[in-house]
Amino acid sequence: MATNTLHHGATADAHEHHDASGTKVFGFWVYLMSDLVIFGSLFATYAVLMKGTAGGPTAADIFELPFVLVETFLLLVSSFTFGMGVLAMNADRINQVKAWLAITFVLGAAFVGMEIYEFQHLIHQGYGPDRSAFLSSFFTLVGTHGLHVTFGLIWILVMLVQLSTKGLNDMTRPRILCLSLFWHFLDIVWICVFSFVYLMGVL
Amino acid sequence: MSHSSSSSTTSHGSVKSYVTGLLLSLVLTVIPFAVVMSGALGTGTTVVVIAVTAVLQILVQLVMFMHMNTKADEGWNVMSFAFTLTILVLVVGGSLWIMQHLHLNMMIG
Repeated sequence: MATNTLHHGATADAHEHHDASGTKVFGFWVYLMSDLVIFGSLFATYAVLMKGTAGGPTAADIFELPFVLVETFLLLVSSFTFGMGVLAMNADRINQVKAWLAITFVLGAAFVGMEIYEFQHLIHQGYGPDRSAFLSSFFTLVGTHGLHVTFGLIWILVMLVQLSTKGLNDMTRPRILCLSLFWHFLDIVWICVFSFVYLMGVL
Repeated sequence: MSHSSSSSTTSHGSVKSYVTGLLLSLVLTVIPFAVVMSGALGTGTTVVVIAVTAVLQILVQLVMFMHMNTKADEGWNVMSFAFTLTILVLVVGGSLWIMQHLHLNMMIG
C-alpha cells in the first residue's frame, strides 16, 4: 500500500513536472507576445516620424547596407547555433549544450559590438538621437532591440554558470527552452528591423 | 522517461529542420539585400519584394526555430500569436492611418 502510494506519487510528480515545464514555457511565450506589442508600437512610432529629419540626415544618408548584412548574418547564425544547443539538451549532452551556448554568446556579442560601433559612429558625426525625430525614433527602436540582445547575452552567461553548477535538470531545462525562445524572437524582430528600417530606408 | 524524451525531440525540432530553417532564412535575407543594393527593380516592386521575403522569413523562423504549431499547448501559442497580430495591426495600421490624416489636414489648414 505504502509502496503503491509512493509509486503513484512519484508518477504524478513526474507528470506534474512535465506539465509545469510546459506551462512555464507557454507563460514565457505570452511574455514574448507582450514584448512584440512593445516593438510594434516602436515600429509605429518610427514609421510616423521617419520623414521628420529636421534638416538633418535622411535614412539613405546614414545607413550602410553591407554593415547591416553582416549584423543580420551574425544574429541569424546565432539563432541556428542556439537551436543546435537545444537539440544537444534533448540528447542530454551537457558539454555540447555549453559549447553551442558559448558559440551563440560570441556571435551575439559580435552583433552588439557592431551595433555599439554604428551608434557611436553616428553620434560622433553629430547624428545622435537629439538631432531629429527620425533619429530619436531610430535610436529608440534599434537600441531597444540591442538592449534585449544584451540581456539575452547576460542570460546565456547565467545559464552557462547554472549548467556547470546544477547540470541539466527540471529547473535548468525549462530555463534554456525559454532563453531559446527569447533568442529566436529577437532574430525575428531583427528581420523587421533590417527590412522596414534599413532596406526600405535607403530606397 | 524514454518516451517523454523522444516526444520532446519531435516537438523541439531536429537537425534537419534547423538546417532547413537556416538555409531558407539565408536565401530570404540575401534576396531583399541583393534587390536593394543592385537597384535592379523599381521602387514599388522592391518594396513588395522586401515585405514578402520578410513575412516568409518570419514564418520560417516561427515554425522551424520556435516550433509554433497548433498541436503544442492545444494551439494556445498560435491563438495568442494571432491575438497579438490583431493588436499589432490596430497599433501600427491605426497610427499610420490617423497620422496621415492629421498630416493631410495640416497641409490643407
